[in-house]
Amino acid sequence: MSVAALAYDVDQGTPVPASEAGPAPKRVVVAYGFWIFLLSDIVMFSALFAVFAVLRRATAGGPTGAELFNQVSVALETGCLLLSSYTCGLMSLAVNSRRSGGTYLAALVTFALGAAFLGLEIREFAGMVARGATPERSAFLSAFFTLVGCHGLHVTIGLLWLVVMMAQVAVRGFRPIVQRRLLCFSLFWHTLDIIWVGIFTVVYLIGVSP
Amino acid sequence: MTDWRYHRAPADPSARVESEADASSLFVYTIGLFLAVILTATSFWAANTSLLWAPGIGIGLVVLAIAQMGVHLVFFLHITTGPENTNNVLALAFGILIVLLVVGGSLWIMTDLDANMMLSPALMDLHMQR
Repeated sequence: MSVAALAYDVDQGTPVPASEAGPAPKRVVVAYGFWIFLLSDIVMFSALFAVFAVLRRATAGGPTGAELFNQVSVALETGCLLLSSYTCGLMSLAVNSRRSGGTYLAALVTFALGAAFLGLEIREFAGMVARGATPERSAFLSAFFTLVGCHGLHVTIGLLWLVVMMAQVAVRGFRPIVQRRLLCFSLFWHTLDIIWVGIFTVVYLIGVSP
Repeated sequence: MTDWRYHRAPADPSARVESEADASSLFVYTIGLFLAVILTATSFWAANTSLLWAPGIGIGLVVLAIAQMGVHLVFFLHITTGPENTNNVLALAFGILIVLLVVGGSLWIMTDLDANMMLSPALMDLHMQR
């Protein structure tokens, strides 16, 4: 624990060759491990993207994307997620300078925007199911619900994680272990936004073209 | 202990705790948000306009999306070309390689199958009847 705290404050030291530097600070190792996990998550999403791209014309006589998708709602979802990614960045700045007020405020805004995104997405799904566009209707809809639903599931997990992290900040304060977890959370949240960029482009913008 | 310059955690906004580093990091996030908003707006505009050559819009949207992913990586996740980021960049490069293989390979094979195994229209009608 003291290693992480020390490495966090040391920046003026003269650079030494990596072979003489000893093990990296725990903060760097943890974040690197989580980065590897997120890349494997992205690889999983790439398989879902490939499935969707292959099956997007396989509507089996059912509704097509152009009939189902509402671009205003998608634009709102995109705006919510992008802004929440920004406020998540502001939260990591507040965490790094150990300002608990700023951390709570940024976390609250991030949570609200993420919840708004999820609400819009659930409303969209409910509207589609009400029109008979369920996952079992066609291969296109199965692929759509798997890809977008999987992203929505990640956002839900992220929101739960954020609540747990705020409880940890409140109870345990800015300990190194809490700071490492918050760093992993911000990595996770920014990565979800990157995946959403792929989704709104491939599913909602390219997917509606004939 | 002082190997900080050789490693940096992804998404770590700053190695320092002082407030002037804070201000410059805030500036980085704000530039990132600005660029991302511009790219998103351009994507939505390009998908809905009739001013552009329609067959080229798909490729254009893909380019805009990749550019925006790059903006997110650089400005939000702080992946740079600096020596302290080598590990992160190498992992990312491997991830991108696998993503390209999975997506490109699937599309290539499935389009090829589609083109070579297409039934004649009469047979296709028969096949599609439920």
